[in-house]
Amino acid sequence: MKVFEIIGGSLIKMSETAGGLSLLFVETLYHLKDISFKDTFKQMALLGADSLPIVAATILCTGMVFSVQTAKEFVELGASSTVGGIVAVSMARELVPILTGVVVAGRIGAAIAAEIGTMKVTEQVDALRVMAANPISYLVVPRFVAIICMMPILVVFGNLIGDIGGWGVAHYYAGISTFSFTNSIKTFAEFYDVLGGMLKSCVFGGIIAIVGCYKGLNAPNGAEGVGLATTASVVLSIILIFVTNYFLSILIYV
Amino acid sequence: MSNAISIHNLTVQFGKKCILNSIDLDVRKGETLAVIGPSGTGKSTIIKVLTGLLKPTSGSVKINDEEVCCFSESEWDNLRKHMGVVFQYSALFDFMNVKDNIAFGLRRHYKVGEKEVKKQVEELLTLVDMSGMEQMMPSELSGGMKKRVGLARALAMQPDIVYYDEPTSGLDPVMTMNISKLIRKTQKTYGVTSILVTHDMESVFVAADRVAMLYKGDIVALESVDTIKNSKNPIVQAFINGQEVTGEDKNEQ
Ligand SMILES: Nc1ncnc2c1ncn2[C@@H]1O[C@H](COP(=O)(O)OP(=O)(O)OP(=O)(O)O)[C@@H](O)[C@H]1O
Ligand SMILES: [Mg+2]
Repeated sequence: MKVFEIIGGSLIKMSETAGGLSLLFVETLYHLKDISFKDTFKQMALLGADSLPIVAATILCTGMVFSVQTAKEFVELGASSTVGGIVAVSMARELVPILTGVVVAGRIGAAIAAEIGTMKVTEQVDALRVMAANPISYLVVPRFVAIICMMPILVVFGNLIGDIGGWGVAHYYAGISTFSFTNSIKTFAEFYDVLGGMLKSCVFGGIIAIVGCYKGLNAPNGAEGVGLATTASVVLSIILIFVTNYFLSILIYV
Repeated sequence: MSNAISIHNLTVQFGKKCILNSIDLDVRKGETLAVIGPSGTGKSTIIKVLTGLLKPTSGSVKINDEEVCCFSESEWDNLRKHMGVVFQYSALFDFMNVKDNIAFGLRRHYKVGEKEVKKQVEELLTLVDMSGMEQMMPSELSGGMKKRVGLARALAMQPDIVYYDEPTSGLDPVMTMNISKLIRKTQKTYGVTSILVTHDMESVFVAADRVAMLYKGDIVALESVDTIKNSKNPIVQAFINGQEVTGEDKNEQ
């Protein structure tokens, strides 16, 4: 009996979260009309400054390691003219958007959940409501729009960094010429690959913002409530990012 | 005199725990009603219901003769523009300095110029004896200073109804008296209706017109300030004299 109770309990909790997230998403779309551009730009600036270095470091290393794993083998197989293309396409389609999503979820999603969670448990959210400032228009909308706008920019930047990392290794470690590498990118990669990644990253951004805000706004009282909300937001948004990524990849590239 | 707020049969439950058990309470226009009672009896809960932060389990609440229990958030917002709330734990926006906290409502709801905002913030800060502290962040303030900024923020939009949730707890006796007088003065100058939740009997005597005593989910006494000192109600007597309330004789008025 106990087992059913536990399973039932977690099912109820899951559907509650799913319902809450959808509701917050719809309400956010509805309140897009009261957007404050000043707050949104402020969020964009913070977000870019906070996540750019980590995104750059993560993706640079990934591009390099990807090249390490492929370049030597491909040269031996006599396919050195495909390395650049393989690196660029896999970066553009999957690695950059996913990694950017995960990094931003860990850095920005967590910060949003902690910030709004603190506001919730110290009654600042109540204070907003009492002063007739809707917390969704005031807190959620600027963050939602800021992340969605910044993600594709980070992705373009990430592609650049990743390809540079890949080229560095291919060139200095596997002896592939710069011309061959860039030419290969030109032959195999299309702009559509990058565009698809940018599109995916917008969806991931939306997920990160909504999950972070939802967990923050529903943080249980007390300081540990904020901690719980923060961890939960990172875990949930990363899972959702991976699941949606599968479906988006099928939709966009297959 | 007509009622600004009238509460009828209001019940609030959290899960199975009944916090407010079918209470009735009227606040007349322009009066200050003090709500006293032991910790955890639901004083702050009443304020949450009256500001639309908490939907009551059942009962009716009328503010300015309008039934508010089924109000939507935007209907509440229209009402809230004319309300001021001093939160028990200040609830200052910690990412804004003192000036921006106080000016929040003014900037958001009235198109006042920055010059006017500056002037009004200065006046309000002088009123709570904190002039010159516009640029301080809430984290740099003591608990009592936060309280006073919270008070200034609540009064900034010149509300018709003000809820003070323990505005003087954590203040020194002199400041307590000043704030109590300020509450009185606000009432006299602007004719605001207020509810003052407090543990501090001194400030009740200075600032309030009537007193309601909340005990175990019921209003056990509702009297004018002059008669409360000599109240025959044993619970009230015990409370204002700082004694433990004994027995379950709360219905014996
Ligand atoms: N969100 C909530 N969930 C469950 N119980 C709650 C919640 N909020 C308040 N309570 C309970 O309601 C009761 C009344 O709380 P409230 O804050 O109104 O008390 P209070 O009279 O303001 O006390 P104090 O003088 O200490 O501020 C408390 O027993 C508290 O445990
Ligand atoms: Mg309280």
